[in-house]
Amino acid sequence: MNVVRAAESLLALSQQEELEDLSKDDPLSPSEDEGDIDGERKHQKLLEAISSLDGKNRRKLAERSEASLKVSEFNVTSEGSGEKLVLSDLLGPVKTSSSLAAVKKQLNRVKSKKTVELPLNKEEVERIHREVAFNKTSQALSKWDPIVLKNRQAEQLVFPLKKEQSVFAPIEHVLSGWKARTPLEQEVFNLLHKNKQPVTDPLLTPVEKASLKAMSLEDAKVRRAELQRARALQSYYEARARREKKIKSKKYHKVLKKGKARKALKEFEKLRKVNPTAALEELEKIEKARMMERMSLKHQNSGKWAKSKAIMAKYDLEARQAMQEQLARNKELTQKLQVASDSEEEEEGVEEEGELVPDAVNEIQMDANGPNPWMLRNHSRGTKEIKVQDPEQLPEPVAHEASENEEEERPGAEEEILLNEFEERRSLRKKSGLNQDAELVSRQEPKGSSSQEVLSELRALSQKLNKESQQSGKQNVSSVRTVLAVQREEPTEAEEEPLLLQRPERAHTLEELEELGKEGCFQNKEVPRPVGEGQQSERNPDNQPDAPKEKKRKEQMIDLQNLLTTKSPSVKSLAVPMTVEELEDEEERDQKQMIKEAFAGDDVIRDFLKEKREAVEASKPKDVDLTLPGWGEWGGMGLKPSAKKRRRCGCFHIHSHTIGNLKGPSRPL
Amino acid sequence: MKVKMLSRNPDNYVRETKLDLQRVPRNYDPTLHPFEVPREYVRALNATKLERVFAKPFLASLDGHRDGVNCLAKHPKSLATVLSGACDGEVRIWNLTKRKCNRTIQAHEGFVRGICTRFCGTSFFTVGDDKTVKQWKMDGPSYGEEEEPLHTILGKTVYTGIDHHWKEAVFVTCGQQVDIWDEQRTSPVCSMTWGFDSISSVKFNPIETFLLGSCASDRNIVLYDMRQSTPLKKVILEMRTNTICWNPMEAFIFTAANEDYNLYTFDMRALDTPVMVHMDHVSAVLDVDYSPTGKEFVSASFDKSIRIFPVDKSRSREVYHTKRMQHVICVKWTSDSKYIMCGSDEMNIRLWKANASEKLGVLTSREKAAKDYNQKLKEKFQHHPHIKRIARHRHLPKSIYSQIQEQRIMKEARRRKEVNRLKHSKPGSVSIVSEKKKHIVAVVK
Repeated sequence: MNVVRAAESLLALSQQEELEDLSKDDPLSPSEDEGDIDGERKHQKLLEAISSLDGKNRRKLAERSEASLKVSEFNVTSEGSGEKLVLSDLLGPVKTSSSLAAVKKQLNRVKSKKTVELPLNKEEVERIHREVAFNKTSQALSKWDPIVLKNRQAEQLVFPLKKEQSVFAPIEHVLSGWKARTPLEQEVFNLLHKNKQPVTDPLLTPVEKASLKAMSLEDAKVRRAELQRARALQSYYEARARREKKIKSKKYHKVLKKGKARKALKEFEKLRKVNPTAALEELEKIEKARMMERMSLKHQNSGKWAKSKAIMAKYDLEARQAMQEQLARNKELTQKLQVASDSEEEEEGVEEEGELVPDAVNEIQMDANGPNPWMLRNHSRGTKEIKVQDPEQLPEPVAHEASENEEEERPGAEEEILLNEFEERRSLRKKSGLNQDAELVSRQEPKGSSSQEVLSELRALSQKLNKESQQSGKQNVSSVRTVLAVQREEPTEAEEEPLLLQRPERAHTLEELEELGKEGCFQNKEVPRPVGEGQQSERNPDNQPDAPKEKKRKEQMIDLQNLLTTKSPSVKSLAVPMTVEELEDEEERDQKQMIKEAFAGDDVIRDFLKEKREAVEASKPKDVDLTLPGWGEWGGMGLKPSAKKRRRCGCFHIHSHTIGNLKGPSRPL
Repeated sequence: MKVKMLSRNPDNYVRETKLDLQRVPRNYDPTLHPFEVPREYVRALNATKLERVFAKPFLASLDGHRDGVNCLAKHPKSLATVLSGACDGEVRIWNLTKRKCNRTIQAHEGFVRGICTRFCGTSFFTVGDDKTVKQWKMDGPSYGEEEEPLHTILGKTVYTGIDHHWKEAVFVTCGQQVDIWDEQRTSPVCSMTWGFDSISSVKFNPIETFLLGSCASDRNIVLYDMRQSTPLKKVILEMRTNTICWNPMEAFIFTAANEDYNLYTFDMRALDTPVMVHMDHVSAVLDVDYSPTGKEFVSASFDKSIRIFPVDKSRSREVYHTKRMQHVICVKWTSDSKYIMCGSDEMNIRLWKANASEKLGVLTSREKAAKDYNQKLKEKFQHHPHIKRIARHRHLPKSIYSQIQEQRIMKEARRRKEVNRLKHSKPGSVSIVSEKKKHIVAVVK
């Protein structure tokens, strides 16, 4: 604006000057005209030069210069007044004349209008543009402010902030824009084409496709599943075999070996029927094994173990039994193989026996016939062995079936063979498991005794007696002293081996129990025997409440009728071979004698039978309710635990001794 | 009767899976662990020491150029690829993993002034002293083809720098003026000038992609808007700015590498004061590049060293130098934020770790955990004088060290003089100018 103002002031100045000039030069003389004109020109130029200092007004000035001072169409000179012409002056006279209305209007309009401002120079314009643009951009940028602030204040930034997923181009896309150029590439492609290797998506040769089509999906799946199962089974059995191989227990291996031997024998039998020549070879083998056994010193009671046992045998029944067992084994092994028919007969006979009478009864009969049977050992060894063999006879046909199956399916694929093998193995495994079970059952009972059950019962009885005798030894109640005296004959042995020596006191204890029951049972409780076996300790307190009953029983002490009735059914049992009685040494005979004396006036057998029955009942599986009322629900009188709970933690079939363990010593017999 | 029963929440002692770690019950009562802090302090000290022991940032030197390396460019898609242009007009493409040169192109006669890759990574552009702009394919020539540029544009003046748009097929060159080119055309779409001095560098903003920043040899930094085809603002500094670099995470922040040994970080909306003045170099700063995280940048200097600055700190956190490294002309921070490349006068490109003591390769989870733990410890005890001293210690070549000392003395003298002047003049007549304001001569709208 300054510039414009300056221009205006300059203009005004020049006008004034002009006016002055005009006033001076008003009377024009021709002589001076030229010089005047020259002066005027110069003056004009000066003015121009001055005014041209400001570039903007040049045009205007030129306009002015064009018009001469004297005659100007546009500039109305206000001569004489020396003042600027104002529009109102012009309008003044016009007002009166109405004919100039149009002019008037025009002039009014001119008066109301303003002059147009000059356009800005380029730099100014650019600058304004820049400023505007800058403001715009900085506004646009300020939209990032919150994000930047957030990032700056963030405790942790994890880059990349936005993870892009990579896109995989399919191979066709890649290949479409690609051509083999180099010789090597061309060669490779030629090879591929020769083999009809497709380049695009299903990268399979025709051969591969055909092979894919050969088997339907379902078939393949089934087949694969079978194979998988077979493999799993294989690995399972392998693992199991390995595990079993690792077992260190001698007992286990012994059992296993026995089982194997038995199986071999059975196979031999079978073979004899089917293929006599092969059987002969087998026989030779067995014969050879027998010879080897005879030659060797095994099972001759000459080893280290046997010697130690021999020392112990004097006091230890078990040791003695073990020794005898070994001898028996030796005999068995060195025996010549019998003819098949004999063995079969034997087996049949034994089976009949088993069906007719229980073993225990068998023994009792023997006892009734001959000398006291309690001391007889090993007489029913044969039966035991046969019993052990029994379970084997069941699985045999199964195995047979399996083998038949195998023969049928032989043409099948390898996998099937594999599967069959597993079937077979599994069946065998079951068999052997049964065998083991049987063995274990037999093991639980003491070996080498005349009858295992009887012996166990006897042992229990003797323990009981032993304890009571000790009590009696201390208190020394009035009753039978003779037996006591007998007892005192061998006091050292009584302490060492209660099973043997305490037996004669039984009668006394029964009598004593009555008195003891009257006097006070606490004494009994005061002296709890530190015997390891649970049964004994459990039975101990129960004897006292039973005392009155036993008193009644005592009245009918020896009932011959009872004895006779039990005698009859077991005549055949005598046929059971009796084993080595000769081996018993003198001491044993003494013991026998003693026992005889002790049991002279006692109904031992009936007692024993009853107790045995009880024991058998106890040993049967029972339902035990283990539900805990009140855990997780309301308990109390008349509320039964819910069925669900009973199912979950409830009833089991449990053997009596386990029940005993569960419930502690308060088990009623 | 009241029955007291133990009842525990199994969540407190039962593992969800057997793979979980066993819960070790601990009592965190601080009174039971009176030596916790001293123990941590010792650990922090050890961690700091180890950090310094393992601080071996130099990884590799890529040699092969036959003249000083003048410019570097990253490949936008491949981390392992880097391009370099030398002063003899040679362009090389390197494979960083193999540390080998893949391809060599004699691109220009005279210097390769600028090099930039296209955003898609299929081609790259070079400008040289021979007044040409050339576009090259990123892949080498296929079998039987000759090594030729895709396009060549002959210009009237020398181009001193080039940059490619981040999203569109547009690139910009600078020289006498800033030219914006369409890739398909042989003449610039628009040219922008402000002043008459030659422009040394021009850069596109990576976020607001229409924004451009350039620096000219008449000591100014000019910002342009591509859409409105107009310059926006100009700031004149005390000395010439060699190059600028935009922050990739913050749209309005850029850093200028200046001849007066300093770097200036500006907010482009307020150019009259820089956000931060970064000073540690003892000679002109020639190049600057941001890390992709936008938290740090690296600067290359004429003083034969490169330095790493945090964006918000005025002092560098790291200085890298080797005996053989001469004036460093260009520097780049790789896109994975792990490495730094610098090209220098003596024809080598050097590869550095961005974090000097970082262990390379795959870390096991335990290593990672240990690293994190140590990091936290260092952070916690960073202000303890002993630890601080160890963490800060750097070895410097004697030349740089002595120059630093010298400059410190000079600076101190100047400050003393200023203080004296202030003391001995009429109050209010002399004002103290802050460091930030001192270097800004003017802002031109």
